[in-house]
Amino acid sequence: MSTPTTFRELRLDGVGRSFGGQDALQGLDLTIRAGEFIALLGPSGCGKSTALNCLAGLLPLTAGSIWQDDKRVDTLPPERRGFGMVFQNYALFPHMTVRNNVAFGLQMRRLPKAEVTRRTEEAIRLVQLEEHVGKLPGQLSGGQQQRVAIARAVVLEPSLVLMDEPLSNLDAKLRLEMRTEIRRLHQSLGLTTVYVTHDQEEALSMADRLVVLRKGSVQQVGTPEELHNRPRNWHVADFMGFRNLLPATVAEVRDDHVVVAVGGLRLAATPMVPLSAGDEVVVGVRPEDLTVASGGVTGGGSPAYGSSTGSGTSTYAAEATIEARVEVVEYQGREVAVEARTPQGVRLHLRTAERLAPGDTVSLAVAPGALLAFARGDEALPSGAPVLGDASEPATSRDGVLATTGGEVS
Amino acid sequence: MTGGAATGRAPTGLSLRHRLAERGVDGQLLLLVPAMVFVIGLFVYPFLYGLGLSFQPTKGGGAFADYQRFFSDAFQRDTIWKTLKLSIPAALFNVLASVPIAYRMRGRFRGKRLVTTLLVIPITLGTVLTAEGLLNFLGPAGWFNRTLMSLGLVDQPIRLINNYWGVFFSLVITGFPFAFLLILSYLSGIDPSLERAAATLGADWRARFRRITLPLLAPGLATTFCLTFVLAFSVFPSAILVGDPTGTTRVISIAAYQAAYEQYDYPFASAIAMIMGAVELIVIGVVLLWRSRFYAGSTGGKG
Repeated sequence: MSTPTTFRELRLDGVGRSFGGQDALQGLDLTIRAGEFIALLGPSGCGKSTALNCLAGLLPLTAGSIWQDDKRVDTLPPERRGFGMVFQNYALFPHMTVRNNVAFGLQMRRLPKAEVTRRTEEAIRLVQLEEHVGKLPGQLSGGQQQRVAIARAVVLEPSLVLMDEPLSNLDAKLRLEMRTEIRRLHQSLGLTTVYVTHDQEEALSMADRLVVLRKGSVQQVGTPEELHNRPRNWHVADFMGFRNLLPATVAEVRDDHVVVAVGGLRLAATPMVPLSAGDEVVVGVRPEDLTVASGGVTGGGSPAYGSSTGSGTSTYAAEATIEARVEVVEYQGREVAVEARTPQGVRLHLRTAERLAPGDTVSLAVAPGALLAFARGDEALPSGAPVLGDASEPATSRDGVLATTGGEVS
Repeated sequence: MTGGAATGRAPTGLSLRHRLAERGVDGQLLLLVPAMVFVIGLFVYPFLYGLGLSFQPTKGGGAFADYQRFFSDAFQRDTIWKTLKLSIPAALFNVLASVPIAYRMRGRFRGKRLVTTLLVIPITLGTVLTAEGLLNFLGPAGWFNRTLMSLGLVDQPIRLINNYWGVFFSLVITGFPFAFLLILSYLSGIDPSLERAAATLGADWRARFRRITLPLLAPGLATTFCLTFVLAFSVFPSAILVGDPTGTTRVISIAAYQAAYEQYDYPFASAIAMIMGAVELIVIGVVLLWRSRFYAGSTGGKG
């Protein structure tokens, strides 16, 4: 395929959209460089689809502007923006064959017939649907329909491809295959892509940069690694797989870490924001970073960060290990996912290769540096369920928690 | 059928239903029998009776004498054209006028219910009331003509009733709500994301309508046309009340009525009724043939 008509960068400048006074999206600042794969990540209702529709021109903005290099594009109707879009339900034209679906956009551009045929065939070959060109979408499987939708969007060599949860209607196996395929297409065609998903694994594995949205505002923008390792607040952490989020109080501030009091325990944590003693915080740790020190036996060389071997005294004689009773065990192949409860009633999730059974007593240790401390803010913590974007919560002032970041890349 | 009776009630019921289902018999369909009896008694029997009657002319002359009489008499034969001239334009108008209105109304907006109600109200009026209204409104001394005259647009009242136009308006007023409601529901059955997809592919609204919406809507348009056409073809009260029942709007149902209740020639009236049915069938057949050229599967919508 020839080089797409492209741009150097696409700039979203304070983009916002409200529906009847309710902000579905506010203050989205983002600069997309040509060739980048950006994922908009967040739970349903967080504004990510709104952002995508605003980009596509299917929803008018209520605030801000969109610039393609020096050209303002948010005032253009969708048909004049030249962005390709892949819809969640594919939106294939049911009365047209695969060939005609793919050719539609080219015909709309009034290209010569020979070119339409050639590029259509090329795009169909790209998604490996040569045998199905004459079929109607209704005769194809979900994965095939998905491929037609992708071919239809990329055949125009758009300057930007928008994908709205394109894999959410596929089964788990196909989803993994298509994930690779989309990534492969992105690499071979170099198409700038904005990809909306609620699946953090999908976003982490596919995108160059992620934008985490919650309740219509940006929580963090960064590379998959940045988000995975250093979530800016506990909402992002919650979404990045920190299943154990516990309210805690800062007991002591040390050079590079803080000691927090959690449900009767004292643990060393890495602060994600500047903290001082007495602060109310949320500490988070991934299930895979909780290790079983020993089944019910304390002692020995505990691997926990900040363990008290030696110092023996004082405020910082934190319990290095956490005693807990196993309540639920889920078999997950090589590992088991365990839900355990401490005597103080704190519920913990962990993953371990050890074969535990409900009722076992275990002593747990936190992997060094894996416990992160976030400012608490004034929103309730999740009780098991992800809290990001919980629409039932009032969107009160959250200055303390959500340093809204916009396009800044940390 | 009673083989499983010894094994108790529940298993019997199951196995009986099972065995019937294997032979392609759905036992529950038996519940339709009373309704079927009703339909056969009130529709199929009279129809067949009428069909038989139409082949037994009062004046003799062979089985097809009444049909020959109808087609050889220009006064009778022309009723077919007169009726078609009324019903096809009226049905076409109803369908074509409904499309843009329904198209604009497929989304959600404030006051949608009110607008729909206003558009659909004429359905509840009935032909006679509509005719009465038309006589008052469009008559020589009606508001419409008086307005035109006081504005100086015309010197003398325009004749809009007791002729072709009176019946045409009446057919539009009673037929439009049907067409509109049907087309609105067909349109809301088309997935709106299809048009959005077309827009992102560079199609302006004209191309979106012509290439996406219209082909998906075509089967619905054909069905709607057939239904409003049948309604209009059997026009009777308004052809008399606001039409010109001895001249331009002497429709086929008037011919049948006169044969039956003025000349008491039931066989001839039956023959006219059969011709009427045949003409309707031909028109519907042509429309459905046209329709079969279009995609008729799922349109992706939830409606």
